[in-house]
Amino acid sequence: MIKFEDKTAVDFVIVGAGGAGGVVAKELSTAGFQVVVLEQGPHLHEEDFTHDELKHKDIWIPPFLGQDALTNDHSLQPNTFRKTASEKAEPAAFAQYGRCVGGGTVHFTGNYWRFHEVDFVERTRWGAIEGTGFADWPITYADLEPYYTKAEWDLGISGLAGANPFDPPRSKPYPLPPMPIKSSGVLLERGARKLGWHPYPAPMAILSQPYQGRSACAHCGFCELYGCEWGAKSSTLASVIPLAEKTGRCEIRPNSYVRKISTAKNGHVDGVLYFDAHKQEHLQKAKAVVVCANGAETPRLLLMSKSNLYPQGLANSNGVVGKFFMVDRGSFALGTFEHPLNEFKSVQVTRVVQDFYDSDPKRGFYGGGGIDARFNFYPIGFALAGLPPDTPRWGAGYKKALKQNYNRTVTVLTHTTCLPLESNTVSLDPEAKDAWGLPALRFTYKTHADDVKTLEFFTARSLELLDAAGCVQKWAYPNGDTSAAVHLLGTCRMGNDPKTSVVDKHHRAHDVPNLFIVDGSSFVTSGRNQPTCTIQALAYRAADQITRLAKAGEIASG
Amino acid sequence: MTAQIIPSDDAPGAREARVIYFIDRVLTTFDRDKQPAYAQGLKDLQHKTVEMFPGTNKFSSLASVQQIQLLTAIEKTDFFELVRVHTIVGYLSRPEYGGNHDQAGWKLIGFEDEMTFQPPFGYYDSEYKKDR
Repeated sequence: MIKFEDKTAVDFVIVGAGGAGGVVAKELSTAGFQVVVLEQGPHLHEEDFTHDELKHKDIWIPPFLGQDALTNDHSLQPNTFRKTASEKAEPAAFAQYGRCVGGGTVHFTGNYWRFHEVDFVERTRWGAIEGTGFADWPITYADLEPYYTKAEWDLGISGLAGANPFDPPRSKPYPLPPMPIKSSGVLLERGARKLGWHPYPAPMAILSQPYQGRSACAHCGFCELYGCEWGAKSSTLASVIPLAEKTGRCEIRPNSYVRKISTAKNGHVDGVLYFDAHKQEHLQKAKAVVVCANGAETPRLLLMSKSNLYPQGLANSNGVVGKFFMVDRGSFALGTFEHPLNEFKSVQVTRVVQDFYDSDPKRGFYGGGGIDARFNFYPIGFALAGLPPDTPRWGAGYKKALKQNYNRTVTVLTHTTCLPLESNTVSLDPEAKDAWGLPALRFTYKTHADDVKTLEFFTARSLELLDAAGCVQKWAYPNGDTSAAVHLLGTCRMGNDPKTSVVDKHHRAHDVPNLFIVDGSSFVTSGRNQPTCTIQALAYRAADQITRLAKAGEIASG
Repeated sequence: MTAQIIPSDDAPGAREARVIYFIDRVLTTFDRDKQPAYAQGLKDLQHKTVEMFPGTNKFSSLASVQQIQLLTAIEKTDFFELVRVHTIVGYLSRPEYGGNHDQAGWKLIGFEDEMTFQPPFGYYDSEYKKDR
């Protein structure tokens, strides 16, 4: 593997080797550029992954081992949280994100939904929503379509084109057939059909057949939250990062924690300062920098990169960095069924419904989403949080319920819109520091009333669906404010107007010509909160734009 | 206590799954900071035993129905919750951690730890295949 010297200015430094960074690294190195990718977390491989529930961070389980290498560790990198700017933020384990080579694509479930055409133009379609920064994207679905196709074929996505009547137009089918249906999928399909809805095979970033030298899924069942031991999940770790390394022009440098992007006198960026695994500081020189650190770490890094030239932080002359923060929203309902489902086998999701994807003025509020059926519990998590609410918490009755329900429970999860509010932000905590002495992430987030109404609407649809599928018992979790977040979006939004957005439609920072930002932070609106597919399509498109600009000599460095 | 949280019947409970081995292990490894909570909690349990059942001084010598009565009286305490969670986790975590002996917990719930499975996976998808 190639190793670059810190002092040699490489063509590009990419900050973050995740869903976006891995794609950009592969594209730029393949196009002939020298690339160094700095990743906070370790470089793990298939043999490092396990089926051990105690080693994984699961929201249902108290943190026993605290050695989860796949996601951020709040004991080293604390968060603070508050609902509004008038409150003092208190320590909280708020945000969870991938922190290893491959980023969130290592532990994600693999749901791979394209945005629909409407997602890019909702402000025009729907009109303004008071108190929000609801806006159109500067690009359309048609602009991104070739890159959705490229992502699906490059990474390896299983699905069935044409099966979802609400799907946007596509230029090519999926490269791989859908995953075999599970009992949760059959039940969703049965219930949905009865209600007149249109279930279809879930598009998944998991290989249903061998593809490009990688093994097909063996149905071991440990996808959601786990790293794939077969390399069958189409993480950037398993798919494009090895291709980037193979070019001989890309170095993946793990355990490298970037604390500042440095700038030259002319205002261009010229490298990044980072800590290695031993907390030794280095300066990696570069002709241009691409930040792909996620919707929380990206704005944090820009805000930490203050200088005399950029007193408000990098790319933040308009103060927009960190604002319009959006998170994963969705409702959660469960049902039990008569017969054993054996949902512990195979991928989590095999059928999806998007009949309520579009916002509908008749509902009286903005919002839409998609519905899937899955079983998102492993044994311990289920035993602590998956039983019906009236179950005894210990003793003979508890044991009986555990035995009866583990193999008969289905979750109906929905994935819904989250409005962009200027007052929902990622910022630097003025007091709390991480284990490197850097300012902790401070989150300010309050749920918009329409988002709650959307959740309530989807809870009602989920319970209807469980009934129609013939459940024995059903129940739902309450909706409202959230105290935890994944799918961090919107904090360096794209736009044509430099006064109201951070990057232009080519992902170039309005303020800095050789700084590019591409990850969930680029989102203008949330879509229906299965963002990975769109993050990666944006990454392919951004890499194309960056290549074009670089080859035309339009990316000058300091 | 663990044997009341997940009792033994026709299927193994916490006792046969050797959950206390798991708890011993976690209290000397990754959950060692819970040791004082156990020391205090067991002392309190002793007092409660004497208080509720004069003439007995050991929880373990109570009849099962008395043990349940006592645990019901303390089920809202932090100590009971700690033991409850440790018992459940020990019953269902990988056997390498000392509990879930002979995969007793996994067998009860019907979980199989395998690296490969073949469709059909469950009842409804096997029916679904037959329909087509």
